[in-house]
Amino acid sequence: MALAAFTGAPPTQDQEPAVRRKSGIALVLLLPGVLYLVLFFLTPLISLIITSFQAPVVDGDIGQYQTAFQWSNYTDSLAEYWPQVLRSFVYALIATAAALLISYPLAYFIGVKMRGRPVLQNLLMTLVIAPFFISFLLRTLAWKAILSDDGWIASSLKAVSILPPDAHITGTPFSVIFGLTYNFIPFMCLPLYSTLERLDIRLLEAGQDLYASPWTTFRKVTVPLSMPGIVSGTLLTFIPAAGDYINASQDFLGAADTSMIGNVIESNFLVLQNYPTAAAMSVVLMAVILVIVGVYVRRSGTEELL
Amino acid sequence: MAKGVFAESGADLRLEGIKKRFPGFTAIEELDLTIPAGSFFALLGPSGCGKTTTLRLVAGLEEPTEGRILIGGQDVTRTKPFQRPVNTVFQSYALFPHMTILENVAFGLRRRRIGDPVAKAHEALRLVELDHLAARRPAQLSGGQQQRVALARAVVNRPALLLLDEPLGALDLKLRRQMQLELKSIQTEVGLTFVHVTHDQEEAMTMADTVAVMNKGRIEQMGSPEILYELPATVFVANFLGQSNLFAGPVQESGGETIGVDVGGERIQVPRSRAQRTSGYVTVGVRPEKLTLHETPETIPSGANRLGPGRVTDVSFSGVSTQYLVDVPGLGTIVVFAQNTTSGPVAALGAEVWVAWDPGHTFVLADEPPADGRFSDDADTQAIAAQARERMLTELEEA
Amino acid sequence: MTTMATPTDTSTPPSATKGRRRYKGIGLGVYAFLALAFLLIPIIYTFVFSFNDAIKNNIAWRGFTLRNWTNVCDAAGICDAFMASIIIGIISTVVATVLGTMIAIALMRYRFRFRSQTSLLLFLPMASPEVVLGAGLAAQFLSLGVNKGFMTIIIAHVMFCISFVVVTVKARVASLDPALEEAGRDLYGSPNAVFWRITFPLLLPGIASAALLSFSLSFDDFIITNFNAGAVTTFPMYIYIAASRGIPAQANVIASAVFILTILVVLISQLTAAARAKRLARQ
Repeated sequence: MALAAFTGAPPTQDQEPAVRRKSGIALVLLLPGVLYLVLFFLTPLISLIITSFQAPVVDGDIGQYQTAFQWSNYTDSLAEYWPQVLRSFVYALIATAAALLISYPLAYFIGVKMRGRPVLQNLLMTLVIAPFFISFLLRTLAWKAILSDDGWIASSLKAVSILPPDAHITGTPFSVIFGLTYNFIPFMCLPLYSTLERLDIRLLEAGQDLYASPWTTFRKVTVPLSMPGIVSGTLLTFIPAAGDYINASQDFLGAADTSMIGNVIESNFLVLQNYPTAAAMSVVLMAVILVIVGVYVRRSGTEELL
Repeated sequence: MAKGVFAESGADLRLEGIKKRFPGFTAIEELDLTIPAGSFFALLGPSGCGKTTTLRLVAGLEEPTEGRILIGGQDVTRTKPFQRPVNTVFQSYALFPHMTILENVAFGLRRRRIGDPVAKAHEALRLVELDHLAARRPAQLSGGQQQRVALARAVVNRPALLLLDEPLGALDLKLRRQMQLELKSIQTEVGLTFVHVTHDQEEAMTMADTVAVMNKGRIEQMGSPEILYELPATVFVANFLGQSNLFAGPVQESGGETIGVDVGGERIQVPRSRAQRTSGYVTVGVRPEKLTLHETPETIPSGANRLGPGRVTDVSFSGVSTQYLVDVPGLGTIVVFAQNTTSGPVAALGAEVWVAWDPGHTFVLADEPPADGRFSDDADTQAIAAQARERMLTELEEA
Repeated sequence: MTTMATPTDTSTPPSATKGRRRYKGIGLGVYAFLALAFLLIPIIYTFVFSFNDAIKNNIAWRGFTLRNWTNVCDAAGICDAFMASIIIGIISTVVATVLGTMIAIALMRYRFRFRSQTSLLLFLPMASPEVVLGAGLAAQFLSLGVNKGFMTIIIAHVMFCISFVVVTVKARVASLDPALEEAGRDLYGSPNAVFWRITFPLLLPGIASAALLSFSLSFDDFIITNFNAGAVTTFPMYIYIAASRGIPAQANVIASAVFILTILVVLISQLTAAARAKRLARQ
């Protein structure tokens, strides 16, 4: 359900699960795809773990490693990069919260207020996901240009003295978080919309009938009922945001002191060829994600995942 | 069943020792059934009794856990649906939305490579008077029209056996009555064997030659609608088909043509041929419309069974008849249906009355009466829950 | 003459409440409009600057020109990168759609053991950060000594697209009445006939949107591609590399063209579906 919303599939009425047939055909259908994922998703993850323990080959070139059990890879890289780790989760958290605050009223408007006009709803949701259709990189670069020192936003803010004359907007934590928020609004909005679209309005009316003010109705009826969407959206936003490195990259909206885990992994892997460190950081990131997903699965089971 | 050949006529269906278990529950406990060729057969029962499962087993959409299925003498138990000379009219019609109704009807013919499918499809549509809409899609038709297309789609294949899974459920009353007559006439005209599954007892009794009442995965009783109604064998059948007044009492005399049961201080006579049991503590019953109300015992004809006196606690007028509830102390409430041949009620609210009836309308059921002598409608959800609770309690005690 | 009871209604006259309600509704509507405008700003910016008469970098506005649109391939390597993305997109989409559709059908229609493990396996790629997926695959190719290039990119793209295809098609399968397939079997359809004549045509809209989704994901992917590309340059990679130097306006042209095309496809399919639904309802 989480990702069905993301892909924009229309909220469907699930047929009562017809007694599913037991058949060998199921295996034939599943095997190719599952095998593919085992080969190219699970195995690489295992590869990563193995790589994270590797030690450099003695007297070898840069980029040559051998299998070992070097736990120090983890301790060393965490010691060196813990600011980035912390920063990643803090930025992702703020961006997720901001995306939630921005997306919720929007999703509410389209899903609840525009109920009964499905054509318009679909149109508006298409506009919400429209940013997906233009290159992620160009979107981010567009903001970089708009928020740059020569851009009119920065200049007008400086003119009204909100911004000190020698400050930048780009290259700051603010711009990185801004970029993250912007890029992940559709991820947050879609699951929210999916849940709000199915919200039974009569429940809201019942709340008001029972003497609740609109704000109380919102707090005590709407928000709890839209929890599944909020949870999905939060997961779908936080996880990729924590691992993102484009927004924080110096060529985009970041600077040297705003780098995140993603930047660390990228530079270590592609530039420094320090595969063990890159792998170790990847494993750390993945482990945190798995914990979050594990908590979610523990609470809601696996049937709802897809 | 050879490909591409129509059945000569309906075939008979035999189910032997059928058992169907699903993970977690048993849908069919034990089923032995023979349906003669060319008859209109109804499987009647409440939801969950296993009737739809039985139909799916015959169609081949499910495989029985145990037992055999024979169509026209051939064992088809292990064959797939497309190898059986059986067609189904589904409850939801299941018309293919992406094809015209002509293509829908022609589908089965094409799969079996029968010559001239289009002409035959048109013919079937003419039979249900929908040929003028042949180019339409199912979504463009009304519910009643869709139902007729579903019927045409099945009938056009001239199957040996036609299965109907509550096909009239979604139609309004008037349309349903109309379709009942049409289905019956098509069946007699074409001579196929129809097996009709329904929970509507009126529908089953109107249309079928033979009715089987199913309950909890078993057939409780099978026979013509008249027999089932006038001579129910079990409490379930007595309560499921129409209404019954049921009493418990000991058999006191059992010589001769009739047996006598003591109920409420009176001796009730039951013809031996209408008693499933003739000794011990038995369940006696009589249908409400067979009862007459009397203000004094003198007006009761001699030889009639009678109960009373009781008080009229409710009078409900319903057009054709009036329902009276008579509370007899020690016996409970007796239901009486009186046809409104005269205007105005026969007895007033609160009046003291006796009920009487011809002994030839009494029946004795096969079940043991419950300990407290009171019967609840088996199909009542509260009753089912209560019975389930009792069963669990006894199981726990025995464990 | 009948007398009408005078209403003893003490609430505010309807006109006032309606006005107030409409006013309240406007607040949310205005917000939605602003939010949507905010979302569209970079798109408009990119589109506008595709007409910029720019040399070297495309930051300052120098003047309006159509030159970038007419001479798209002038920027060195851009059209090669674009074609590479297209080809990779098409191949990945085909493979991912086939594999994903098969999985979706299996999940919805059949019972099998390890059901929850399969769901989890399918969910994880969607939940994992791209850096991890990219680095992992790259590490694996490294240890196997496989040369990075076209094939490795396609392998990577198929990997992360499968899950999205499964989700999209599964939603469509869920809305398919199982009785339809049973009717097909009942009407003498062999399993083959039932699938190709009934299941597949009805699944087609879902499969089509899954394919569209898969293609967009593949075309726009940067991070995973960057880790596994070797010497090949895809369109997003081209942009990333050019970001430090200055992005040619032709990149804006291509991106805008893809955007317009995709939006048109989506809008047209939505509007035709709506028109068809209206036509059916009227009958």
